[in-house]
Amino acid sequence: MSDNNNKIPQLSHGLSLERRDFLKLGAVAGLAGAAVSMGFPLSAWAADATPKPGGTLRLGLAGGSTSDSYDPGSWSDTFTFVGFSAIYNTLVEIAVDGSAIPELAESWESSPDARIWTFKLRQGVQFHNGKPLAVEDVVASIQHHLGEKSTSAAKTVLGEVVAVRAAGNDSVAFELHSGNADFPYVVADYHLVIMPAKDGLADWRAGVGTSGYRLKSFEPGVRMALERNPGYWKTGRAHFDAAELLAISDGAARVNALITGQVDVINKVDLKTVGLLKRNPNMVIEETKGAQQYTFPMLCDSDAFKNNDIRMAMKHGIDREVLLASVLKGYGAVGNDHPIQPGSRFLNTQLPQRKYDPEQAKFYLRKAGVDSLKVRLQASDAAYSGAVDASVLFKEQARAAGIDIDVVREPADGFFSNVWNKQPFTTSFWYSSLTADRMFSIGYAKGAAWNESHWDNPRFNVLLNQARGELNDPLRREMYNEMQAICRDDCGAIIPLFASSVAARSTRVAHGGLTAPYGELDGLRLIERWWQA
Amino acid sequence: MNSILKLLSQRLALGLLSLFAVSVIIFLAVGLLPGDIAQAMLGQSATPETLAAFRAQLGLDQPPFWRFVHWIGHLLRGDLGTSLANQRPIAELVGGRLGNTLCLAGLAALVSVPLALLLGMLAALYRNSWFDRLLNSAALSAVSFPEFFVAYLLILLFSVKLGWLPSLSNLPPDASFGMLLERSVLPVATLSLVVVAQMMRMTRAALINLLASPYIEMARLKGISQGRIIFRHALPNALAPIVNVVALNLAYLVVGVVVVEVVFVYPGLGQLLVDSVAKRDIPVVQACSLIFAATYIVLNTLADVLSIASNPRLMHPKG
Repeated sequence: MSDNNNKIPQLSHGLSLERRDFLKLGAVAGLAGAAVSMGFPLSAWAADATPKPGGTLRLGLAGGSTSDSYDPGSWSDTFTFVGFSAIYNTLVEIAVDGSAIPELAESWESSPDARIWTFKLRQGVQFHNGKPLAVEDVVASIQHHLGEKSTSAAKTVLGEVVAVRAAGNDSVAFELHSGNADFPYVVADYHLVIMPAKDGLADWRAGVGTSGYRLKSFEPGVRMALERNPGYWKTGRAHFDAAELLAISDGAARVNALITGQVDVINKVDLKTVGLLKRNPNMVIEETKGAQQYTFPMLCDSDAFKNNDIRMAMKHGIDREVLLASVLKGYGAVGNDHPIQPGSRFLNTQLPQRKYDPEQAKFYLRKAGVDSLKVRLQASDAAYSGAVDASVLFKEQARAAGIDIDVVREPADGFFSNVWNKQPFTTSFWYSSLTADRMFSIGYAKGAAWNESHWDNPRFNVLLNQARGELNDPLRREMYNEMQAICRDDCGAIIPLFASSVAARSTRVAHGGLTAPYGELDGLRLIERWWQA
Repeated sequence: MNSILKLLSQRLALGLLSLFAVSVIIFLAVGLLPGDIAQAMLGQSATPETLAAFRAQLGLDQPPFWRFVHWIGHLLRGDLGTSLANQRPIAELVGGRLGNTLCLAGLAALVSVPLALLLGMLAALYRNSWFDRLLNSAALSAVSFPEFFVAYLLILLFSVKLGWLPSLSNLPPDASFGMLLERSVLPVATLSLVVVAQMMRMTRAALINLLASPYIEMARLKGISQGRIIFRHALPNALAPIVNVVALNLAYLVVGVVVVEVVFVYPGLGQLLVDSVAKRDIPVVQACSLIFAATYIVLNTLADVLSIASNPRLMHPKG
């Protein structure tokens, strides 16, 4: 891959999109002529697509905590993700179209079995303190997350890595247990930032990276201030002179701050008030589709759910469309009981959508030899805001199928350590993954620590391993299609909803028209990708 | 004077004992909460290996008693320790937040205490008039609304509709004093609305009691001016109950304002405590709790001393 691939691909998309919208608007309302004759700044629309340097971006973010740290292994929520993504680079970047493009790695190649991956480093990159980027820095940064003593949240992501070492003085080689065709996506994980090495260890305490912004100040749980790195190696990025991130945990306070102009962008807009915000002409709702998935895991090794007919009855007893309209106010999509989100390149489009069908549910109950079913659902809003409401709706819907769900509200505090993955039937959520392999491996493979339904399907597990090492795309697609079907009809997780992440920006800031299809806030990279309008 | 010193030293000794008791109780209570910091920090992404590594790194695999003794030992040497969550020194972590909290509480006290006393005196003077009734019902309504509701109302009116004041009270590190004042207006107003009622009503009640007593009648008959009666004769004798209520409300302004901190995004000690409890960061929870407990003890002691000092019978006991 060449350097050119790194020139913002969304720009061209963005331009055409904006222009098309503009033409449509002009044609319908005859606005174009009117605007010109009235001296309106016609260029305001077009200007959106041309990055304008300068200004300060102010973000009001949920997901900041006093316990936030500089250590990339500890980053666990939006505030640190977004802030540090502006300070550090990773080897590989995910573009707005979801593809893996070079960042600190200029190019990469794998052995034919996809087990050894070699990343060639970009030359001439400097850290903020002037130190040139070298192979040791990359090795130390990755090793920071490895090893027995590691407490890193990225330890499981790198679980398949046997060793990482220098390959010559401009490349880094990763050796894996078994082949993984998606490995470039793995090293694009936001935890795997490249830090300068000091005595062979990654120096995370300094907060010094290679990206477009230097850390000016960081007060965990309160604010982070960034200033532009004038020597940034990337072209066409990092337009703002400075950025300021404020931790605002209260949803109403975030919206107030946006409306009163104290911040330019907020995340996690309360869906109950998003309609009001949408009516404001100075605000734009930014929806990232399929960012999360909401699940009801049923433990396949529990007495209640070890029979797949019971699980199938449950899956037919939930009305996904109603949940989408009420819990998500339409900001999402219905799920089909497998974890591959709409828009993913490996989505099985042939698979029929599962519908609410109480008769079918009764059929499966009879097949399991029971007339009615009584189960206990331990629900908590720790999984997602509205999880308890969704559970109560589910209870009412399942009643028509002769299924009696006893919804027990559990405290949010400690839910994931004490209830989830331990009790037979709970509420849960996932951040959707860009690769089918990662999603299946962490949540559905036999023995995976977070296999939340304790599911073990031999055929699925065989396919998972085969597909991972398969470099031939059509073959891989075939395997993933079959795995989605198996998941849908056998797995212990009911997956009724894919939720969008909903952010809002003021029209004071703009972007290229397309934003990254995963996570939130343009794949966490809005600070270097967006600009002032 | 001796009696005051004796009382002070007694109170201080008792206070230290209470502080110790508080720290034991907090330590035990946090231990009873489900999960620990390793689970809270790693959340859904915890695996048995990372949990074990985390616990060993932080010394959580030691027995609780040993951890407590270790902590007390360091505390006695003036070392609050480091946060388990991000390894920052707790003194630094708490220091800035404590400053913010005291600043907000101080400003709120500066506004609310004189206001409450003044209104209380006016209400007592014109008792049972329409003015008194209006004041009472207004104060009672203000205190009946939850703080966050009052806060949102003020934001809606002054930030969103009128656009006069910012809705965030978050201060940049290089904030000027003017900026501090501007950004504090709404939280201070919210807090004042909440605390004024109790102080005002206590002032009113205490004064009304006294204004009915024979020596005030005497003073009136002598032709002393209204102001002199209140300030010279009535108020000093009403001081004890008022001072107690004021102390209680000041303590509240320091320890009870977490809701206001959240709504206005003000980085105070309450928010730090809530974050730390959620993450099971015991040393930080301990430090915050000690500060809160100490605030109560100091203010209550101060109130006692003042009410004794204002009462000659207690100042100069017989025999």
